[in-house]
Amino acid sequence: MTLLDVRDYGKTFHIHHLGRTISVFANLNFTLSAGQFLLVSGANGAGKSTLLRCLYRSYLPTNGEALYHSQHGTIDLARAADADILLLRQEEIGMVSQFLRPRPRVSALELVAEPLLTTMPHPEAQAQAAAMLDNFGLKRELWDAYPTTFSGGEQQKVNLARALIAPRRLLLLDEPTASLDVATRDSLAARIAELKAQGVALIGVFHHPEDVADVIDDTIIIETQDSLDGVLEDLIG
Amino acid sequence: MTLHNLVHQKSGYSYGFLDPFAKRELRRRMLKGIAIPGCQIPYASRELPIARGWGTGGLQVTLSLAGPNDIIKVIDQGADDSVNAANLRRFIKRMTGAATTTDTTQATLLQSRHRFPEERLHEGQALILQVPDPEPLRAVESDMAKSRILHADADYGQMWLVLYEQLVQFGRYMQGASYPVMVHDRYIMSPSPIPRWDTPMLHQSAHLTLLSAGREKRLYAVPPYTNVFPLEFSDMPFEVEDQRTWVSHSTGVRNKFMTEIPQDDGASSYELSDTSYLEKIVNQQHGHPNTIAPTYYDEDGQFYHAGYLKRRDDAESTPDQ
Amino acid sequence: MLNPPQINKRVPLVSARQLNKSYGRLAAVRNVDIEAYSGEVLGVVGESGSGKSTVLRLLNLEEAVDSGSYSLDIDDLRGKNLFDLDRFDRRAVQVHHIGIVYQNPHLGLRMRYSSSGNVAERLLITGERTFATLREKSRDALSASEFPLDRMDDPPRVLSGGMQQRVQLAKAIALKPRLLLLDEPTTGLDVSIQATVLDTLKRIQRQREITMIIVSHDLGVIRTLADRVMVMRNGRVVEQGLTDQILEDPQDPYTQQLVHAKL
Repeated sequence: MTLLDVRDYGKTFHIHHLGRTISVFANLNFTLSAGQFLLVSGANGAGKSTLLRCLYRSYLPTNGEALYHSQHGTIDLARAADADILLLRQEEIGMVSQFLRPRPRVSALELVAEPLLTTMPHPEAQAQAAAMLDNFGLKRELWDAYPTTFSGGEQQKVNLARALIAPRRLLLLDEPTASLDVATRDSLAARIAELKAQGVALIGVFHHPEDVADVIDDTIIIETQDSLDGVLEDLIG
Repeated sequence: MTLHNLVHQKSGYSYGFLDPFAKRELRRRMLKGIAIPGCQIPYASRELPIARGWGTGGLQVTLSLAGPNDIIKVIDQGADDSVNAANLRRFIKRMTGAATTTDTTQATLLQSRHRFPEERLHEGQALILQVPDPEPLRAVESDMAKSRILHADADYGQMWLVLYEQLVQFGRYMQGASYPVMVHDRYIMSPSPIPRWDTPMLHQSAHLTLLSAGREKRLYAVPPYTNVFPLEFSDMPFEVEDQRTWVSHSTGVRNKFMTEIPQDDGASSYELSDTSYLEKIVNQQHGHPNTIAPTYYDEDGQFYHAGYLKRRDDAESTPDQ
Repeated sequence: MLNPPQINKRVPLVSARQLNKSYGRLAAVRNVDIEAYSGEVLGVVGESGSGKSTVLRLLNLEEAVDSGSYSLDIDDLRGKNLFDLDRFDRRAVQVHHIGIVYQNPHLGLRMRYSSSGNVAERLLITGERTFATLREKSRDALSASEFPLDRMDDPPRVLSGGMQQRVQLAKAIALKPRLLLLDEPTTGLDVSIQATVLDTLKRIQRQREITMIIVSHDLGVIRTLADRVMVMRNGRVVEQGLTDQILEDPQDPYTQQLVHAKL
């Protein structure tokens, strides 16, 4: 069943103090069904991440609609109220980015268990968190340590575990395998397959699409409009 | 006895020294104080031939209430024969023509500085206490205008906080005399510097208590049969002075309020503070007949309202600090 | 621009409309609307003079408003404009339903009473008269604020800035209010201490499902704690939205300037 229906979707940035307008993508159309994994590809700087962030509403899409068939009914993510987006993010839509923002004095285990604390008691959440960290191969000694001290790869494992632990219906993956070793990348691919089998829909941007070649159901290609070429990163970070 | 006979025609004093307007104002204020137990009522404090700080507040109340048929008793720290008490008594007698007495049971009006009598007062009697500082919130709010608002809103949190701090720092309530009380579940009141021993005597009394501060120009009242409770936490009870081992030197009596008298050799001797009560006991012991009223505390030191006073060592739970 | 809520059907806990407040000719707050849902953290960001602290003081019923309404979706307060309450009722709301943490701990604390006393006072105001309970509940609130209990009887004036803020926090949550207002709670603290205090706030927010409105000029604080953020300038709200969206894709020129300058 169709989970997401994106029509005529476009994003343009207006940088007022530079007087510049940057059109990232326009006229995007695609659908996504439950249990499907859609790969987003295109040249660097073409706006792949931008698409994911627009869907997650970290960016405001400029035009078009993204009709999402949530448990509560169909809603246009592009124009949904903030309160609705917050609810969906809590219950149904998850995003994994490259960057973990670890908080000081919170252990890896606690960070991963956190998303579960609203629905189950602490010990149970911790047990599930432990299983996830194990799955992604984070060394046991690090579970009680603070991720602020971890390497990039270790942080990313925590990031993934935290993002994938709570049940979601739609997952957005933005370069999740950057800085991961091969074994962990394989773990992730296996995990994606599991999630698909459970009916979770996924959209992903992958630096090495070959890691997940087996689980890709469809691909969407973003064609370069105005090249971002690092401009956006400098301005927005 | 008529007013005409009582008034010195040439001296221009009105009956009871105060002019009729002053007396009327004071009586109205007293009525208001009785109607709102524990609430401080401001009044226009008149000039008297006695300096401020020497009982002018109490005196104004007494002069407004006294009539030719009243019987007046005046004590100072329990003693009828103190210089100040004697002075006040003589002045009141001269100005009102009322009789005077040292016998607590006979008096209709009793003016006192800093003590209750040991013998229980009965209906129809009025006790007038002299008050130096009427404001119980002085320690937490020095601005009287602000403390008026605190009283109006029953905003007493800070007062309770002071008690909490005392328990944390010292393990006990630090206020000795003038222990703050809650009157009629509404106003916190300073009962004037009566010892803790006397504070319970305000509670559900048969008599009327009036308290008046001449210098501060405020009076307040505790009507008969009114609830008066010292501020305390439910698990840290208010306690009176521990004089359980003290024995009156001249009578051998115990469990009545005594003052400590240091001896030359460094030891202490104790004597009853209520001189008229002391006199009655001495008389009784020498076989002379006397009327001694029932006292607030019995021979074993039990207060006449059962269950009102608790000692901390009797308390069931030991609160941890 | 955005649709009204469609699937989130809850009534907001805090609903303030068209707040206006001037000091003489200085219009500090102009036509400000605020909504906060139960359990969320709303950030209010702006530079000095933006009016953000004034807004917080209005929400704490500390100051009279020139015009506007303010209601809390709590029991018998529903539908009432809290600005219309008399002094007595207003204080009851402040005590029972709102906790506040000021930037300057001297405003929120009695520096010479003990820290536990500062917390206990809240309970005393509501009529708690058992000493053991006062000790226990102060302890609970102080430990939830991650304040070291062996110092619970020290007066705030001998404590470090971070500890003082924890006492303020404990005092603010002692009566378990639905709404917690924070005015630059970590500004002025050492950076490492800021991080720990923010962490405590996050923990409390999650454990107690308390609604927080947090004023800050520090976007890092907003990013860490807030679900949604309101940007203020010269007394007006120039933009509001999800925290990540405002910080990563600001639309308004002023917000863009603010965000780009800080990150």
